[in-house]
Parts: sequence; structure tokens; C-alpha cells
Amino acid sequence: MSNKAKEIAINLKQDLLKKIDGNIKAKSNSEQAWLEKLRKDARAEFDLLGFPTVKLEAWRKTNLKSYLERKFDVNAIDKDLSSSEANTALMCEANKYDTDLYTQYNGHWMKGADGVTTYDNGTIVCPMSIAINIFSELVEPHFGKYAIDKGNALTALNTADFVEGYFVYVPDNVEHDRSLQMVNLIDSDNNIFANMRNLVVLGKNSKLRMLHCDDSVSENNCFINNITEISIADGAKLDLYKLQNKDNESVVITSTFVEQGADSNFASNTIILNGGLVKNDTKVLLNGRGANADVIGLYLMDGHQLVDNHVHITHAVSNCTSNQLFKGIVDEYAHSVFNGHTLVAKDAQQTLAFQNNNNIQLTKTSKIDTNPFLEIYADDVKCSHGATVGQLDTAAMFYIMQRGICERNAKMLLMLAFVGQVIDKIELPNLRASMTELVGKRLKGELSSCDQCSITCAEPDKPIHFEIDMSKV
Amino acid sequence: MLEIKNLHVSVEGKEILSGLYLTVNAGEVHAIMGPNGTGKSTLAAVIAGNEAYDVTEGEIIYKGKNLLELSIEDRAREGVFLGFQYPVEIPGVSMTNFMRTAIDEIREYRGQEPLSAGAFLKYMKEKKELVEMHAKLNNRSVNQGFSGGEKKKNEIFQMAMLEPTLSFLDETDSGLDIDALRIVAKGVTALKSPDNATVVITHYQRLLDYIVPDFVHVMYDGKIVKTGDRSLALELEENGYDWIKKELEAKK
Repeated sequence: MSNKAKEIAINLKQDLLKKIDGNIKAKSNSEQAWLEKLRKDARAEFDLLGFPTVKLEAWRKTNLKSYLERKFDVNAIDKDLSSSEANTALMCEANKYDTDLYTQYNGHWMKGADGVTTYDNGTIVCPMSIAINIFSELVEPHFGKYAIDKGNALTALNTADFVEGYFVYVPDNVEHDRSLQMVNLIDSDNNIFANMRNLVVLGKNSKLRMLHCDDSVSENNCFINNITEISIADGAKLDLYKLQNKDNESVVITSTFVEQGADSNFASNTIILNGGLVKNDTKVLLNGRGANADVIGLYLMDGHQLVDNHVHITHAVSNCTSNQLFKGIVDEYAHSVFNGHTLVAKDAQQTLAFQNNNNIQLTKTSKIDTNPFLEIYADDVKCSHGATVGQLDTAAMFYIMQRGICERNAKMLLMLAFVGQVIDKIELPNLRASMTELVGKRLKGELSSCDQCSITCAEPDKPIHFEIDMSKV
Repeated sequence: MLEIKNLHVSVEGKEILSGLYLTVNAGEVHAIMGPNGTGKSTLAAVIAGNEAYDVTEGEIIYKGKNLLELSIEDRAREGVFLGFQYPVEIPGVSMTNFMRTAIDEIREYRGQEPLSAGAFLKYMKEKKELVEMHAKLNNRSVNQGFSGGEKKKNEIFQMAMLEPTLSFLDETDSGLDIDALRIVAKGVTALKSPDNATVVITHYQRLLDYIVPDFVHVMYDGKIVKTGDRSLALELEENGYDWIKKELEAKK
């Protein structure tokens, strides 16, 4: 590494600390006391730990070093969209999936005069910067309670530095019928480094469906460190779809921390179409009898992209079920990492826990690391784990082509079948159809960076720089 | 329609077919019989274009074209069909989607207009009835979870859908109970026309009670060593293959 790069990496931490100190000082009269304390503690932790390195188990296969050596302007203030542009964008996307759309554009919240939406049934959607003040009594009991990740500097950094994010609250016994779509779009002229913080609270027996989109169309360096804390009370159900379509210069690290009560349900489905470095950590604590968590995902990577999915599920009590399924197609020099960890505590009898990671490796130069892992302390459980890395089935290829179907379409049928297991679980019909189409386009190399962008712009279909080469299947 | 001359085929350097001759004309039904390991399935696989086999010598002329120069899918589009001995299970690919893709590509190749979704489903229903396929196919993956009999019936159903001119049915009768056998044979007979030809590969005479062949060939050691009419099949049923082996040795 050049001295110049080394210097940039060291300066990044110092720049961030300086920015955090400045903010804490500036807000010393306005910030909630509980948050100020959290921020100060977190700042100290980040200072102590520094950015994660490959010496840490969770980061062993994912080296942040070269990404941190890029130039970032931590104090960048970004352009905002005029409200008319924003409205056009909102109309188009809202129609597409039949959702209520909430967009953050370069970190700016873009809906409603004061940013707060309160539905008739009591459901609240609100920017985090406002929620911590006006809904402090709803936020404080949960904030920072689930994102407990000792030794994870990025969690500490997020707590200390975050400015914006979303807060969603569904009261007890409310089944919110409109799906919420939270879009986080980066289209910056600066090299931005952003910490975003979200909180989702579901009351007892409530229901919510959310679509979380991480998009970027920027060609500058971009580092997003996004944390979502989720509390699902007894009998509640959350469906969370995550769609990530970032440009190749982007680093996006999302950490989702979930705590579930008795008989609650959490289904998360993450679809990663593109991104320079995408790391998704999902930590679920099954903390009430009869809780169920399905954490599934799909990734399609090429070029020099790196994707890392880390799922950690703790069965703290008995009679819970969990299911992890991640599937991926990896091309060119791309690298995929899967870490699945299921921990079954001593008294968590009658646990059902399954883990699976299946990969199709298209080139010898691509790399796949998979590590499904079970840690079981109870004796009356049913758990399994498995991982596969392989190529397309040649017998099936011959069978399909013998019926008159060309090689390209035969491969497409098999690849779509491979990923279908994940896509078919999407319960929003519009979203499922659109995902099927997007994944098909992605596999054919026809996907443009505009396909999932929520902003209509003057240059539709910017040139794309990714393509899975079908001839190498 | 099909003329095979002096066909030599090997797999990983080992010769399986060693100078095979066969002529099939439109409107004919041929049966190929013979002991295990004599190259019957290899012949079917080579006709279909399976790349695991190397053709080292000889030629295959089909409808005036050099079949060996055509890709797997172009052979199929020209009307070559292989009924697989072991139909492949393809989880996640629905039968409807599979057949739709195949029909679309074949029609495009032949310069025909694509079928509308409605016309396609109607066509599929007709063909299902023709081969007495009662299983619901719409949402089922290709061959996945099908019983042995259903898999074989599904081969005949696909044959009915694609309307091939030359079909090789590789041991379509093996593993079938008598009722399933009758249905499969009925399907094959129903599809027979003066314009197409069928070659059935079988171990057992009983299939030939239902599909009456014009010619019966015996394969041994990578060649067709004897050709006769239906009575040859009955003779084989009665006496096995030993007398043929003895005949061959006597000739040497």
C-alpha cells in the first residue's frame, strides 16, 4: 500500500472522530440526554477499536482495507432534490409496487412538510432525526437495545455519527395493509461516507410489510453504514424485503438486528443485484416461545464485486423455528462470502433450525467462501446445515436442448430455476413479478443501473458495467 | 429419411459403435433389440447430439442433411426427438414454461408465427388427452416428483407436443406396468403418420404387441447384426440371444 493510501485511511478515522465531536458539542443543548450518552460511549468505543480488520472472525474473508483507503469527504453536504422532481419520482415508483414510498436522497428525507406521516390506524413513519425528539418515549425503549455487537466498530461508529434514517412504529393489534417502501438513494457529486440509522417497532399482534431499497447511481466513492433495529412483539409479523442495486464504486454495509417475542414472525428476503462491496449482517434473537424467523437471500455478482452475507440466529427459548437460505451466482473475479451461525441455547428444546447456502460458480477466477455453522447446547432439537458450490447440471442442459431450446435459453431456464426458490417466496405480487424480470435481465446482462432507481432523470439507461457472461456457465 | 453408414462412436477412447448401418424411411416403425451394453442407447444419444460421445467415422444423413453438423437444438427443430430412458428431473422449471419455450423456438426456426398463450394452452390440453396424461402439469416442475410411469408418459406427451418426424424411444417400456405400457404404446401409435418414423429401443417383445414394427434389428457388439420382421422379435423372446451369438461366431 502506498504511503498516500495509508495516510488517507488513518485520516478517515480522525476525520470521523472530529466530525462526531463537533456534532456532540453543537447539539449539547438540544440532543436528548439518553442519546447524547449513547453517542459519547459509542464514540469512545469506535476510537478504541478502529475499523475492523481481517484479524476479526466476522471480517476474516472480507477485507475493508482497500475500500477505506479511498478518499472520502465525511463533511460533504449534498445536493437535495427540488420537491417537483421528487414528486415525479414518487409517483412513478409508488405505482410500480403499489407501496407507500419514503425516499432518502443522499441522506435527505423527502416526504411530507414536517416529514412525519401518521396513518389513521396509528402507524407512524418518520425521519429518525425528528423521531428521537418528538417520539422520544417510543424510540428510547428500543434504540440501541438490539444493536448490541460488542467489538463491532461499525455499530459504534453508526451510533455516534448517524444523522438520519427512518423510524416506523405500528401500534398493538394493527395490521397495516399498505406496504412501506423505504428507498435509500445515493446520487452524489461527493465521495460520501454516511451512517444511517433505522428503527422499526411492531406492537403486539401487529403486521407490517416493508421493502428496503439501497440504490446508487453515483460514480464517486461511497460508503454506507446502515443499521436497522427491529423489535417484533408477541404475535406480530414483519415481512422485510431488501433490494440492493448499487454501483460498482459503492460500499454498503447493512446490519439488521432483530428481537422477536412469542409467536412472532420475521421473514426477510434480500436480493442483491449489484454492488462494489455489499455486506449484510442479520442478527436475530428468538426470545419468545413459538417465534419463527426466515432469513433468505439471493446474490448475483460479477466483476470484482464482493458480497458478504452474515446471518446469526439465536434460539434463546424453546419451540422456535428458523430457516436460512442464501443462493448465489458468482461470475468473473467476484467473491461471495456466506456465514450462517445458528446458536441454540441450553434450554431451547424443540428447536427447528435449518441453514442452506447454494452457489453456482461460473468462472475459476471467482471465489466462494461458505461457512454454515451450528452451535447447539440443547438436546431435543432438529437442526441441519448444508452448502453447495457447483455448475449447471449438464444432463438437464442436454434434456432441455433436445426439445429444441437453444443453449442460452436452456441456461437461463436453469439459472432462473435456481434462483426461483428465493424469488418465489416474495409475497407482494408486483414485487415478485418485477424481481423475476430484474433477475432475468441481470442474468442476460440487460439490467441498467436505472432499472431500480427511484428518480426519473434526464439520462435514462446510463451505460452499464456489469454482465454475467452466459457463455461461461 | 435417415441413413446411417459405417458409424463408429467412442466414449473416452473406448469404441462402443463399430460400423453401424441403418436406414429408416417415413411411415416406418423400427425396433432395435439386443443384449445389454451393445450400444443401443449410445446410438440414440448420438442421433440426438449428446456431446459425451465422439463420432470417429461414418455419416448420418437425415432429410438430406448431415445430421452430425447440426447442433443439439437444431436437430430437435428439424424433427429429431429422443424419448429418454431416464428422463431428467429439473426442479424449478415448470412443464408449461418448458414446453412453451420449446414450441416458441421451434416455430421461430420453422418460420411460423408464435402461438398465443390461449392457443398454446388449448394445444397442450389436446395433446394431454391424446396421450391420456391426466396429471396436472401446469405448476409442476419437469419430471420432479413424477412416478416412473408418469415420467415415461411425459416423454410421449412431449413427443406429441413437438410433433417430430423421427423419434428414438430409448427403453420407454422399461419400468412400466402393463396398463402404463398400453397407454404409452397407444400414444405412439396415435402419433404415427405416413410422414414420420419411430425407432423403439427395447429389451422386451411385449412392447411390440402394442407397437407393431415393420422391422426388427438386433444389435450386438456395436453393430446391427440381424434384421427381420416382427417374427424375429418373437424368436428372440423364445430363444434369447445366444443363437445369434453362435451364428456370428460360426461366420467368423
